Amino acid sequence: MTRFPLRRTNAGRRMRRAGALKSAFTPAAGFFGRFRRQSFAYPYVLWLALFVVIPIILIAVYAFTGADGGFTPGNFSGMMDYAPVFGRSLWLAFLATVICIIIGYPAALAISRMRPRSQRILIVLLMLPMWINFLLRTYAWMSLLENTGLINRLLASLGVFDLINALHAGTPGYAPITHFRLINTDGAVVLGMVYNYLPFMILPIQSVIVKIDPSVIEAAQDLGADSRLVFRKVILPLSLSGVISGVTMVFVPAVSTFVISKLLSNGTVMLLGDLIEMQFTGAAYNPHLGSAISLIMMIIVVICMSVMSRFGEGREQAVRL
Amino acid sequence: MAKELIRLVDCRKAFDGEVVLGAINLAIRDKEFLTLLGPSGCGKTTTLRIIGGFLKPDSGSVIFDGVTINDVPPHKRRINTVFQKYALFTHLNVFENIAFGLRVQRPRLPEKEIERRVKASLELVALKGYEKRSAAQLSGGQQQRVAIARAVVNRPQVLLLDEPLGALDLKLRKDMQRELKQIQQQVGITFIYVTHDQEEALTMSDTVVVMNRGEIQQIGTPLDIYNEPGNAFVADFIGESNIIDGVMVSDNTVRMYGRNFQCLDEGFAPDEPVDVVVRPEDIDIVPVERGQITGMVTGVTFKGMQYDIIVDFQGFKWLIQTTDHFPVGARIGAKIDPDGFHIMKKSEYSGLYGDYSSYSAEYDALSAAPDERGQADA
Repeated sequence: MTRFPLRRTNAGRRMRRAGALKSAFTPAAGFFGRFRRQSFAYPYVLWLALFVVIPIILIAVYAFTGADGGFTPGNFSGMMDYAPVFGRSLWLAFLATVICIIIGYPAALAISRMRPRSQRILIVLLMLPMWINFLLRTYAWMSLLENTGLINRLLASLGVFDLINALHAGTPGYAPITHFRLINTDGAVVLGMVYNYLPFMILPIQSVIVKIDPSVIEAAQDLGADSRLVFRKVILPLSLSGVISGVTMVFVPAVSTFVISKLLSNGTVMLLGDLIEMQFTGAAYNPHLGSAISLIMMIIVVICMSVMSRFGEGREQAVRL
Repeated sequence: MAKELIRLVDCRKAFDGEVVLGAINLAIRDKEFLTLLGPSGCGKTTTLRIIGGFLKPDSGSVIFDGVTINDVPPHKRRINTVFQKYALFTHLNVFENIAFGLRVQRPRLPEKEIERRVKASLELVALKGYEKRSAAQLSGGQQQRVAIARAVVNRPQVLLLDEPLGALDLKLRKDMQRELKQIQQQVGITFIYVTHDQEEALTMSDTVVVMNRGEIQQIGTPLDIYNEPGNAFVADFIGESNIIDGVMVSDNTVRMYGRNFQCLDEGFAPDEPVDVVVRPEDIDIVPVERGQITGMVTGVTFKGMQYDIIVDFQGFKWLIQTTDHFPVGARIGAKIDPDGFHIMKKSEYSGLYGDYSSYSAEYDALSAAPDERGQADA
C-alpha cells in the first residue's frame, strides 16, 4: 500500500487569520461610529460662544460707544494718530515671521529627514523652553541683553570695546563706548518674538513634510529630478500649507504681543499690544478706545490671513516654476 | 527576440540582516514584457527597486545595456516607474503631472515640445481633455492612466510597474491589463511588471519570473510556466494543481496509487521519486468501472463556468473541474490522458502543496485579503 503523506496548503491558517481580523475590526467600527456623533462638539461650541463670540460682540459694542454709553464713531476718529504704532507692530511682526521662516523651514526640513526616534527627541527639545514660564524666559533675555548684561560683559572681558575705542582713538568728538545698546531696540523686540514663537513655525512645517508620501519624492527622482529640483518642485509646494499655518501661528501673536515689547524695550518700542493694554490698565484708562484699536487690529489680521490662505489655495497654479 | 537590455548578476539584498534577495540572476531583453510574480515578501518589489535605482544591491551588479549602473541614481537612469499607489503630484494638475519629467530636463525643452508630448501621452492613455483636472479629483483608474502617461512621456527604455492594478476593481483591472499590453506594444519599450496575481502575469507577459523567498523559482513563457512548472511551488502558485507523490518507473511511465500511468515525461532515473502534477481541468470523470482510479466526491462548489469538486482518492483529496454536476457522496472514476501528467523532480517544496483537504469556497475570497495587506513586501 502506498503511503500518501498528509499535505496541507496554508489555506486553513489564512482563513483563521482573516477571521481574527474581521472580529477585531467590527467592534472598532462601532467605537468610532459613536465618536462621530455631533453631540461631542457641543462643549466646544458652548466654549466658543461664551469666550470667543460674546467677547468679540462686546468689543464691537464698546468700540462704537462713548463713556456715556451712547453710540459714537468718535473712537475711530483719532485712529490716524496711532498709525505709527500700527505700522511698527505690523513691521516688527512681519520681520519676526520672516526670520522664523528663514530659521524654521530648514530646521523643519532637517528634522523631518531624521529617523523617527531622533525626530521625537528633537521635537521634545524644541518644546522644552515652553515648559518654562513665558515671562521668565523673556526676563532671562533682559538679563542677557542689558547694558551690563551677560552679552555685553562677555564682549567687554574679551576686550571688544577696548579694541573699538582704540581704533577710533584719533577721531575727534569720539566718546568711548562701554557696551552695545542691545536692549530697548526694535532688534531686541524682534529677537524676543522669534525666540518665543519659533517652535510654532517649525512644528506645523515639520508635521506637513513628514506626511509627504516618500513614493511621491521617489516619483520625482524617477522622472529625472535631482535633489535640488525635487525640493523646489515637490517638497516646497507640498509643504506650503505648513508654512501658512506657521505664519499664522507666529504673526498673529507677534502683532498683538505686549509683554515682549514691554520687557525688552522698557516701553521705548510701543506696539499695538502695549497701546491697547494702556487703555485698559494704564492711567489713560479708556476701554472704548482700546476696543476700537483692538477691532481695527483684528480686521487687519483677518485681512492678512485671508490673503495668505488665498495664496495657499492658489499654489497649484502659482507654483508652476 | 531582441537583444539583452538588463542583466542582474548575483544581486543580493538584506534588510537588517534578513535576506530578502539571495543572489538573483536575471536577463531582460529589449522590448519584452517581463513579469516578476510571487507572493508577498518574495523579493519581487526589491528586485524592481534595484533596477529602478531606489535600492543598491548589497553585492552583485546591475548591468544596463552593457554598463554597470549600481551607483547611478534613479534620476539618471533611462528607466521610469509606475508606482503602486500612483504617487501623483497632488499639487499639480494632470497636464503638469505628466509634464513633470519634461520640465526637469536640462537644457529646458521648448514649451511647444512639452505641450505636444504631454498631449500625445494623454492620448495614449485615453485621457484627452483631462489636462486641467487636479490629480486628486480623478478616479483610481484615471489616476493609474496619468501615472502611466507621466512615466512614458520621458521616452524611457524601460518602464517598471509595481503592482499598478492592485487598487482597481476586478472589471477595471481586466480592461487595464489589455490596455497595458497595448500601450507596451505601441510605445515599444521593455515593461517590467510586478504582481502577485498569477492570472495577470499569464495574460500580459512575454516572460514570467516566478519568485519565492528571495529566489527565482522559474523563468519562462506563460505557457511553459503553466504547462511545465519547475517545482511544487510554481505548480501550486500558478493555477490549481493536484500534486501527488509518485515514482518514475521508466520513461513515459509513472507509478502512483499502486498502478502505472502512461505519461509523456522522460529523462528521470529509473524508480526516481517524483512529484506528479495533474491540473484539475485535465481529469475526465468516467463511470467507476472505466476509471483508472476511483474515489468519492466530498465537496462541490459552483463556479459559474464549471463545478469545482473535491474527490477523495484513497485519502488524498483532488480538485477536479467539470461541467457536470456530481453530488457529494457519489463514487466516480477518473481518467487522465498521458498529456495530462506533468512530472517534476522532488524539491524543497515537495509535500507542501497540492492537497485540497482544507479547500473550501471561502478560501478564495479570504486569501485575497492577506495578500492585499502584504504590501510591505520588502
